[in-house]
Amino acid sequence: MKNILLATKRLALSESGFVFDPVSGQSFSVNDTGLVILRLAQHQDDIEQLTEQLLEQFDASSVEIKRDVQDFIHRLQGFLK
Amino acid sequence: MSITVAVTGMNARADNPGPGLAIARCLKESATSTRVVGLGYEALDPALYHRGFVDRGYLLPYPSHGEDALLARIIELHEREKFEVLIPCLDAEMQSFARLAPTLLGMGIRTFVPNSHQLALRSKDRLPELAKEIGVASPKTQAIYQANFFHNCKTEDWQYPLMVKGLFYDAKMAYNADEAVAAFHRIAGEWGVPVLAQSWIGGEEINLAGVGDGEGGLAGAVMMKKRALTDKGKGWAGISIHDEELLAAAHRFCAVTKWRGGLELEMLRDTQGGLHLIEINPRFPAWIYLSAGVGCNLPELLVRLALGQKLLPTAPTPAGVLFIRYAEEAIVSLADFENITVWGETLRTEGAFA
Amino acid sequence: MKNIATKNPWVAPVIVRHSSSGMNKFGGVRDAQFRDEIAGVSIAELVEKYGSPLFVLSEEHLRQSVRRINRAFTTRYAKVRQAWSYKTNYINAVSAILHQEGCDAEVVSEFEYDKARRLGVPASRIFFNGPYKSRGALTKAVSEGARIHVDHLDELALLEEVAAELNILNFPITIRLNFDTGFAENWGRFGFNLENGQAMEAARRIAASPNLKLTGLHNHIGTFITDPRAYTAQVGIMINFMNNVEAATDCTITTLDIGGGFASRNAMQGVYLPPEQITPTAEQYAEAICGALAIGLKDREQNGKPLPELVLETGRAVVDEAEWLISSVVANKRLPTGQRAMVLDAGVNILFTAFWYNHEVRPARPVEGIPEDTVLYGPLCMNIDVVRQSVSLPPLKTGDLLSFWPVGAYNNTQWMQFIQLRPAVVMVRQNGQVDVVRRAETLDDVEEPENLPIDLQPDFS
Repeated sequence: MKNILLATKRLALSESGFVFDPVSGQSFSVNDTGLVILRLAQHQDDIEQLTEQLLEQFDASSVEIKRDVQDFIHRLQGFLK
Repeated sequence: MSITVAVTGMNARADNPGPGLAIARCLKESATSTRVVGLGYEALDPALYHRGFVDRGYLLPYPSHGEDALLARIIELHEREKFEVLIPCLDAEMQSFARLAPTLLGMGIRTFVPNSHQLALRSKDRLPELAKEIGVASPKTQAIYQANFFHNCKTEDWQYPLMVKGLFYDAKMAYNADEAVAAFHRIAGEWGVPVLAQSWIGGEEINLAGVGDGEGGLAGAVMMKKRALTDKGKGWAGISIHDEELLAAAHRFCAVTKWRGGLELEMLRDTQGGLHLIEINPRFPAWIYLSAGVGCNLPELLVRLALGQKLLPTAPTPAGVLFIRYAEEAIVSLADFENITVWGETLRTEGAFA
Repeated sequence: MKNIATKNPWVAPVIVRHSSSGMNKFGGVRDAQFRDEIAGVSIAELVEKYGSPLFVLSEEHLRQSVRRINRAFTTRYAKVRQAWSYKTNYINAVSAILHQEGCDAEVVSEFEYDKARRLGVPASRIFFNGPYKSRGALTKAVSEGARIHVDHLDELALLEEVAAELNILNFPITIRLNFDTGFAENWGRFGFNLENGQAMEAARRIAASPNLKLTGLHNHIGTFITDPRAYTAQVGIMINFMNNVEAATDCTITTLDIGGGFASRNAMQGVYLPPEQITPTAEQYAEAICGALAIGLKDREQNGKPLPELVLETGRAVVDEAEWLISSVVANKRLPTGQRAMVLDAGVNILFTAFWYNHEVRPARPVEGIPEDTVLYGPLCMNIDVVRQSVSLPPLKTGDLLSFWPVGAYNNTQWMQFIQLRPAVVMVRQNGQVDVVRRAETLDDVEEPENLPIDLQPDFS
């Protein structure tokens, strides 16, 4: 989990939601929430703290946010390995 | 005066190109200064990025997503670009544009396309009927819904090899039932059923690209013999020819159908010299740039017809002019790629990677 | 409190990898459109009141649809009869509306026959098709004067016995034919084959019987026929056989029943083009059929024979587009392959046609966000329970509603009570009122026919 958050540092992020991975050459689209998470992840390698930061910004339960973030990180793990 | 023309078929893939890029190139060489807007379906459609011929590229919804979505997108683009003419050139989208043509005209976008009825007349599964009407032979053709046909067809007077064809694209020669069944499944998987079985005739294929004036006349035509094929059987080199019989068949086709718009006649001259109609494509072929090359720019002609302008007299086209197709790479910035991916358009400036 | 008010609403994060094809944000527009009402009634309110899943019929759509087909044919041919294909959707409210619109009934089993009779349809306006009619069913149908379509020689023999027992002479019957039109796969399992002489042989048997007489020919070329030329060929072949059989057996054919098979605007799996481009209109079918009738019958009246009545057994094209299925998202999932999946409360148990159609699926509210390729699963604990293998949908939450369309044909008759009770069917009436036309099933409905022997009653005390 931690490694994958560290790996997000290399990603080039655009305001539009376009994401480019210069290591693999792959590109991606993310939605607004995905972009927020990637931005936070580039400065934050602790998932608990990342969830805390999202809780401050978004109106949802920590259970819901945690579940969605984990799902997102799993997706990311598949893409950035 | 400058006009804006939208062109589809931006899938200028090296081994099997759509006609859009060649049409754009013809328009750039026409007497009227033309701004070309490319309408593609995939972010990697190469012609969207070809700045020499295509001034700006946009994505359309896939034809399989229906006409409502297509129309909505074109309305949106027309508000920005003010298209004078739109030239569709992919088989799978012709039906949509035929049906949308009156609506588009109401918005000020002229198309010069056949109507649904005319399209149905030249549908691949009706070829024998049409061939009879225009007085040429044609191979036996049957619409097939189940692969089993290919195991039993010998009892129904079919012989191998035969051709297995998709209703829109794709054709494969099959030497036995197993190959035919495999081709059936592959083509049905991609293009759906029916798949067509067509008897195979040995001989030399010759082609004609033209424009029907919508009143029964053939406004212009260029004829070509392929001289080299790619692995996929697509023309890689060809030479302009002049064949009176082929030309006469095209004239009769236009007279019978009152064809409106671009067309390609694929015919075959068998070993006895007989002419067979293999296929009629309801749009320009990918080799259409040869028409500009021999001094009869057919896309330009089509635009003039669409705009109701007087036609320039066309000189007879010389035989013996070759085309040889080559591939080259377009260099695309990450910004342009981001724009097409995120916004469905090239050359957008905001939000891009600096 | 102030802090909470400024927080943004949470939308689940999505990341999609760009591939070499299918990368087109406009590609999924059709499925990203939403539908929040049916015939003017809010989908959310319907579900609140009648539960989810829920079938919703529109009376207006149904009436317009049958009228359009009727108009297309009656303006092109003098004698036309539509017989409502009960098996397509035999909910009484549906059949009743179609009977109000002038349709007869076309039934394929004793159960359907009884259903039509109970609804008040006179036997003389019931066309009784199907490969199995019991002696009891035939006795009832013959004595009541129904229009019977014979499927095979054994049935013909049985029918003759039944008519003889009832002391009926010259009972008019129709035979079902099968033949190759060159357009669709021949459904050779039904009726008498024309090419190998079976059909003519059956006609001779009937001519030889004092109790029966042949007055009608029936054929059904298949289902979801998208090429009207198939019907032109069918009608031509039937007229040709009519002329032959009349000459050979001295009978007079007064009915040509061309069956059904007209397509609806549903997307057949494996067909590339969208349904609006491949589905012919009622007028196109009518043109193909009535054109062939005009050519084939042009000298008939001069030759002293009556114009036969044309019977249509249209089912799907009448009802399919008049019904929607509303379903709720119960879970979002991510499959090991990376594909996104949703579990819905409606599966193939009630949406049987999901086996061969890609129904249009629309959220009931506008949804923002990146559409993603999604597989839609039903609620059954079975691997085959897939209602869409692949559909591009924006992110949805549990409780979000999706509407499936068109679902009017073959779902309310082929649905099954497997591990779930069947949901309610409501109808939006022309005046905007909503009537329940089939209430949701209860456990009692399912257990009512059961009998638990007393000594088997489990005791958990």
